[in-house]
Amino acid sequence: MTRTRVPALGAEGWFTLDAETPALLGDRCTACGSYAFPPAGSFCRNPRCASTAFATVPLSRRGKVWSYTDAQYAPPSPYVAPQEGHVPFCIAAVELAEEGLVVLGQVVAGVTVDDLQVGTEVEVVLDTLFSDEDHDHLIWKWRPVAAGGAG
Amino acid sequence: MAVDEVAVLGVGMHPWGKWGRSFVEYGVAAANAALADAGIEWTDVGFVSGADTMRNGYPGYVSGATFAQALGWTGCPVASSYAACASGATAMEAARTRILAGLCDVALVVGADTTPKGFLAPNAGDRPTDPDWLRFRLLGATNPTYFALAARRRMDLYGATDADFAHVKVKNSRNGLANPNARYRKEVTEDEVLASPMVADPLRLLEICATSDGGAAVVLTSLAYARRHAVDPVRIAGISTVTPTYPNTIIDLPDIATDSAAVLGAPERSFKASIAHAAYEQAGIGPDDLSVAEVYDLSTALELDWYEDIGLCKPGEAERLLRDGDTSLGGRIPVNPSGGLACFGEAVPAQAIAQVCEITWQLRGQATGRQVDDATVGVTANQGLFGHGSAVLLKR
Repeated sequence: MTRTRVPALGAEGWFTLDAETPALLGDRCTACGSYAFPPAGSFCRNPRCASTAFATVPLSRRGKVWSYTDAQYAPPSPYVAPQEGHVPFCIAAVELAEEGLVVLGQVVAGVTVDDLQVGTEVEVVLDTLFSDEDHDHLIWKWRPVAAGGAG
Repeated sequence: MAVDEVAVLGVGMHPWGKWGRSFVEYGVAAANAALADAGIEWTDVGFVSGADTMRNGYPGYVSGATFAQALGWTGCPVASSYAACASGATAMEAARTRILAGLCDVALVVGADTTPKGFLAPNAGDRPTDPDWLRFRLLGATNPTYFALAARRRMDLYGATDADFAHVKVKNSRNGLANPNARYRKEVTEDEVLASPMVADPLRLLEICATSDGGAAVVLTSLAYARRHAVDPVRIAGISTVTPTYPNTIIDLPDIATDSAAVLGAPERSFKASIAHAAYEQAGIGPDDLSVAEVYDLSTALELDWYEDIGLCKPGEAERLLRDGDTSLGGRIPVNPSGGLACFGEAVPAQAIAQVCEITWQLRGQATGRQVDDATVGVTANQGLFGHGSAVLLKR
C-alpha cells in the first residue's frame, strides 16, 4: 500500500503541497493589508482594523535567518520523533521581508548551527515530520539557499 | 502622575526544591509565614488572591479558594488568576486594585506549584488548535528553543560570548549561597557551566532554569492600615501587567510566528521593554532611581536582555555592565541578589511573588548574606507565554 502525503495534524491549510516550489499560506486582510501566519481565519490582529475578510496568500518562499538554535535533546510529546533515537536538528526563526513576519521552522537535516548566521538566506521546503503506516505527515522546513540539494 | 500606593506588610516563602508534596502545602506554609511576618491573623484577611497552577488539577485552577479552604473558610471573597509566569503579579494586581478601590484593607496573595521533571510540556491529548501544543508537535520547539533564539541573537548582533552567559550563572549562584529559600545553593564556576551538556545551542544545561516546587505569599494592605501596624512599611508604587502592542515583532513563547509589521511598523518599545516601563510610569520613578532588581533569568542570556529592557543600559550594552561588575552584589545596580531562577528553578505561579518577597527583604535590610547596601527602590520583571509579563516597583 502506498502512503499518502498529508499535512501534519494542526497544519492543514498552512502550506501548499507543491512538491517543487511549496509555499507557506497566510491570511492577508482585505481591508488593512496586514498578514497573519498561521492563518488567523476570522479576525484581523491589527487593533485598528475590524475586518473579518481575508485572502489566502502564498508567503515569500525565501527569507533571512533572524535567529537560530538546535535541539540536542529529544523534545517531549506531543512531538513525534521521525526515527528511533534522537538526531539533533536545527530550528530557525526566519524574517520574511515583504510580509513583515518572522516564522519558526525546523531546518532540514544535515544543517548544523555552524552553517547558520543571523542573515543567512533560506527557503521553504516540505519534509516529512514523521510517518506512520498509512501517511507521511508533512511539515515545512527551512533550507539554506546556498546549500542547495534535495529537500 | 503617580498612582496611589499599597503596603507590603508581610512576605513569606516555602523553600524551593523538588519536594514532591501537594502545592497546597507550600502555599499554606508561605501564607502563614507572610501573615506572621505582617503580625496579623488569617481571620483579619479581607480578600484572598490566588495564582493558579495548571499541572495540579482543579484545585490548581481555583487556587484562591483552595488556599482559603486550607487556611479555614472565613467567608472572605477570593479570586484566582492565571497569566503564565506572570500569574503571581496578576494576583497581586487584583489585590492592589481591590485595596485601592476601598473594598478591603488586607489582602493575602498566594502562589505555589508542584512541577514534573524535565521539559515543561503541554497537557496530554491532541489539541491542534492550541498554539502551545502546535509548537511542540510541529516544530519540536521547547521552552529552551525560544531562550536560545534570544541568546544567539545577542551573540550575532552584540558580540556576546559563551563566557558572558556563563558569568551570569556564576554571579547568580554566588548570590544564592546565602538564601535559605533557594533550591541550589552551590557555587558554580565558568568551567563547570561551559562543561555542562549543550541543550539548545548556545545554551547549556546549567544556563537554563529548572522547574521547582515552591510557594510564596505576600500580605498587601492599604497605607492607612499599614501605618497602624508597622513603622515605614515597604510600598508598592507600580504593578505592570501589560500585553504586547501590535505588531509584536519579537518571537515569543509559544508562537510559531510574529505579528506582521507590513502595515504598522514595530511599536516604540518591544513588549519586553514595555513591561517595566509601565511600572515606572505608574510610580513616577525611573531606572536611574533603582537600587536593586530581580529579573526573570529563565536562561543566563535572558538576564542580559532584561538589563536593557528594564532600562539599566542601552541595547547592546548589557555585556559591558556584566563584565564591569555593575550588576554583582556591591556593584552599581545588583541584579538577582536572591540568586534568581538560576538558584531557584521555576515554580510558575509563585515566582513573581517570590521576586517581590526578595525585594521587600532587600528594602528592609533583611536579606542576610546577600544584602544590597542602602536599598531604597527595587523592581521586579518577568515574562511568560501568551503575551503575559509583569513588573512590580517597590520602595521604602
